Amino acid sequence: MTRGIVVGLLLLMLGRSGVAGVLPEDRADVLLHSYDGGGVTIQGPSLLVRKQFAQKFSVSANYYVDRVSSASIDVITTASPYKEQRTQKSIGFDYLHDRWTMNLGVISSEENDYSAKTYTFGVSQDVFGDLTTISLGYSLGNNEVRRRGDATFRDTVKMQSYRLGVSQILTKNLLVGLSFETITDEGFLNNPYRQVRYVDSGSPIGYSYEREIYPRTHTSDAAALRMRYYLPWRAALSAEYRDYHDTWGVKGGTFEIGYTHPVDRWTFDGKIRSYSQTKGNFYADLFPRSHYQNFIARDKELSTFSSQSISIGATYDIMKGGWKFIEKGSLNIVFDHFMFDYQDFRDLRSIAATPGTEPLYNFDADVFEFFASFWF
Amino acid sequence: MANIRIRRAVTSAAFATLAACVLGGCSIEPWVKPYERDHMADKIMSLDPNPVSSAYIDHVHDAREGARGATGGAGGGCGCN
Repeated sequence: MTRGIVVGLLLLMLGRSGVAGVLPEDRADVLLHSYDGGGVTIQGPSLLVRKQFAQKFSVSANYYVDRVSSASIDVITTASPYKEQRTQKSIGFDYLHDRWTMNLGVISSEENDYSAKTYTFGVSQDVFGDLTTISLGYSLGNNEVRRRGDATFRDTVKMQSYRLGVSQILTKNLLVGLSFETITDEGFLNNPYRQVRYVDSGSPIGYSYEREIYPRTHTSDAAALRMRYYLPWRAALSAEYRDYHDTWGVKGGTFEIGYTHPVDRWTFDGKIRSYSQTKGNFYADLFPRSHYQNFIARDKELSTFSSQSISIGATYDIMKGGWKFIEKGSLNIVFDHFMFDYQDFRDLRSIAATPGTEPLYNFDADVFEFFASFWF
Repeated sequence: MANIRIRRAVTSAAFATLAACVLGGCSIEPWVKPYERDHMADKIMSLDPNPVSSAYIDHVHDAREGARGATGGAGGGCGCN
């Protein structure tokens, strides 16, 4: 199960369409993605089409699939490997009037144990002689959580998101963007399968498992600063910092720098990204006893950890002279390599004489994207 | 807690300033003229040149990290229109 965060995928796509004063380009993208790391493989396609009409309206549609095969560290230590598929569909609508745009969208996601429906609304406006673009957005999600093999379990999650974005042309070579987002969740927020472990002297391995218990509310604030600078030799330098904190005690920081270099029909991209976070208040790798406190979690995404990644990408422009109704196109490949290092999440594939002294967990992941884009 | 209060105060101030400018119809003279925005119009300056790809990789990050939100830009573009 990939929880409600998956909804963010299309939410971002819809939100990013809102460049004020201009409608999104007419384009179609066909993407194949592949993730392989930590015993998990996820593959699938994503199709995105946008089309303007009457010079005032634009519609978009997306179809996205995750085919998951999971033998993750959680799964192999407390459950059995599984396969599942998530299918996500969305439609979006943009309206342009003078220097402002409005966008509406609906996103629907289905898994065998999770259903999500999200409604999005946003407005953008150009001000200060079109040097500044301001965007406001709101999303409302209603999700249903189920548990395979337990027909009696059914719960809900309500999600709301509030977004503010500003992009600013500071000089003829420097573009800066600021984004703020507050997200609130209410309902069943943990994974219905994941378990915590606690010291149990009656167990041969020294510990036992019990189900996680999370608070039923969660609020997070994130703020990001981005810049893009045009270099003298027709290349671009980018940098980004994002600060994050939430009511569960997690604090995170993300730093990324990138470089884009075009050569004839080719465009090459390179990025380095670093992320680190502190653990949630109710996270522990090993609790001293059963039901040690009201809320208990052993989700490694709530532990103290860092990840570093590098990304390289290449784009090749095709159909420069156009072909039938297509004005131009591009073929793209992107490769990302991630390295995750956990500071207080232990690898239970190793048996230790004393529980809590197992080696710390780490894993690498490779992500490939192949996509073709066509403008018409 | 002090950090949270400062962050919220800055956010509120930004909202108020922007709302006042938008509603009041700011008439600040653009210091980067439209004819000086050819670099901004170059595709390599787009904050999000491939939405289908950036949305996917943001999803990869979201699924494996505790942090979430503020990943979408307000849109790049050149402000040329």
